[in-house]
Amino acid sequence: MRNQSVITGESICYSYTRERTILKDISFTFRSGEIVSILGPNGAGKTTFLNCLANLVPLDSGAVYLNGKNIRKMPPREVAKIIGYVPQIIVPSFDFSVVEYVVTGCAPHMGTLSRPKQEHYDIAMEAIRRMGIENLANRSYSQISGGERQQVSIARALAQRPAFILMDEPTAHLDYGNQIKVLKTVRSLKEEGYGVILTTHNPDHALLLQDQVAILDRSGVLSTGLSTDVLKERELSKLYGTELKLFYQDSLGREVCAAPQFD
Amino acid sequence: MPSQKQYRLVMTALIVLLVITSLVALCIGRYSIDPRDAFAAIGSYTRKLMNGTGEKPTAMENVIFVLRIPRILGAIFIGAALSLSGAVYQSVFKNPLVSPDILGVSSGASVGAATAILLGGSILTRQVLAFAVGLASVLLSTAIPKLLKNNSNLMLVLSGTIVGGFMCSVLGVLKFIAEEDTELSSIIYWQMGSVQSVKMDTLVYVAPIFIVCAVILVLLSWQLNILSFGENEARTLGVNLKWLRGITIVMSSMLTASAVSISGTIGWIGLIIPHLGRLCVGSDNTKMVPCAMAMGGLFLLLMDTIARTVTSLEVPLSILTGLIGAPIYAWLLWKQKARVM
Repeated sequence: MRNQSVITGESICYSYTRERTILKDISFTFRSGEIVSILGPNGAGKTTFLNCLANLVPLDSGAVYLNGKNIRKMPPREVAKIIGYVPQIIVPSFDFSVVEYVVTGCAPHMGTLSRPKQEHYDIAMEAIRRMGIENLANRSYSQISGGERQQVSIARALAQRPAFILMDEPTAHLDYGNQIKVLKTVRSLKEEGYGVILTTHNPDHALLLQDQVAILDRSGVLSTGLSTDVLKERELSKLYGTELKLFYQDSLGREVCAAPQFD
Repeated sequence: MPSQKQYRLVMTALIVLLVITSLVALCIGRYSIDPRDAFAAIGSYTRKLMNGTGEKPTAMENVIFVLRIPRILGAIFIGAALSLSGAVYQSVFKNPLVSPDILGVSSGASVGAATAILLGGSILTRQVLAFAVGLASVLLSTAIPKLLKNNSNLMLVLSGTIVGGFMCSVLGVLKFIAEEDTELSSIIYWQMGSVQSVKMDTLVYVAPIFIVCAVILVLLSWQLNILSFGENEARTLGVNLKWLRGITIVMSSMLTASAVSISGTIGWIGLIIPHLGRLCVGSDNTKMVPCAMAMGGLFLLLMDTIARTVTSLEVPLSILTGLIGAPIYAWLLWKQKARVM
């Protein structure tokens, strides 16, 4: 198991404009080996929060620390060695093969003027194998399905060998089977020691993952804790502005979050 | 997906074609030369140079060394430079429809050349001014987003449009005040592109810029792949975006500016050759960039050889590259129609 890494946030504030506060003085600690599901209504700023963790947006105040070092003062390459990012499905303008795409995950470990060698292609292929998508390796990235692209993006993050993998709505645009598949992958990544921080629209996914939850509400306040402690019927109903039921289902062996029948 | 084997095959074919075309170009023209005589002349001229006896070169040696070889090398250099810079710009702007003109380098260079023509400067003045104003336009385009504190690609494209449009109007003013029979026709002729005036000393000035920029860009070609995924993707892969985008834009703009300064503006190459390259060897820039350079060199050499042999009057290059390039582009789109979104 790799050394434990920690991302901490200290009094982070971020706003788009003076009127639109996204993050209001939030602090947190996320560790590798944990899954953190970020929940929140549309427009609360889940993706923005994730981007703050990846040092993609400048904060108004406060700071994100990576193993105690201020992320803004770290060279991008050093950040990329610790944090991998799986974006929402992108459509590249050019036609790369899956393996050409995945091998770019090795970039933080290579010199600026160098290009991937056999060892890097080996790492890429191993990541592709880890995701069980060997059959896609030489296919064109633009000609595979959304679910496959998601897996390819995760493979690239694995080739990056980070401590944390950030995923921006990894289940968006996927059919139900593929959503569950991605969540299973997330779960197994945790078991391998990765820290996975993901945003999701579905509170039930956070229950399925059975680990940390971070709820970001519209006023920019973040509440964190174990899913079983933080996810409560009343709070969830309030957060999403609709009635939601939370109950234990024997046949599933877990708590379920669902909406009741319409009147 | 094209394989490594296909890449080697394509590159070998391109280099063989480049050598053959160069030899043909050396021999044909208003003064046609038998290939055997050409080789003999190259041998004898080199010997004369080595001996340093100051022996006068023959007429044939003059044609070969003063006119044809610089012209052939010039065409190859310029074609390669424009294609390379087109390939780089397309990756930086994540858009296969971008050409190096997008930040105003060509219109700026035209203003520089036209100014030199109006001032009655020498060919060297014209080249220096074209280079300087072309590069200055690009720097201006990159300065506007900084002033507005918005470093997005879109902002850069928009400011490029502003600078390019402004330079076009300045060029309009220069054309308007130019003396019709002499200056105006020179400006128009310059804008249509030609490598006729490329001499050995021109090449000597431009070669260092060309070689330095090309080597750096080829070394960075894998990073271009990452850049073409988008800004956030590149950042999360540890790329120093500001630095990489800055250096690639400056290097490729210098390439275009140096090419345009000695040949005038030549359209289409920077746009279609990278497309053709991707079709042959795939999108991976480590393969595509060298391939586009060889293709661009070959393409412009072919165009120039046609330009100076088809009619008794030299056909300006932009006319040919447009007449031949546009249908090629249409064919490329037809071949890739399923993938164009």
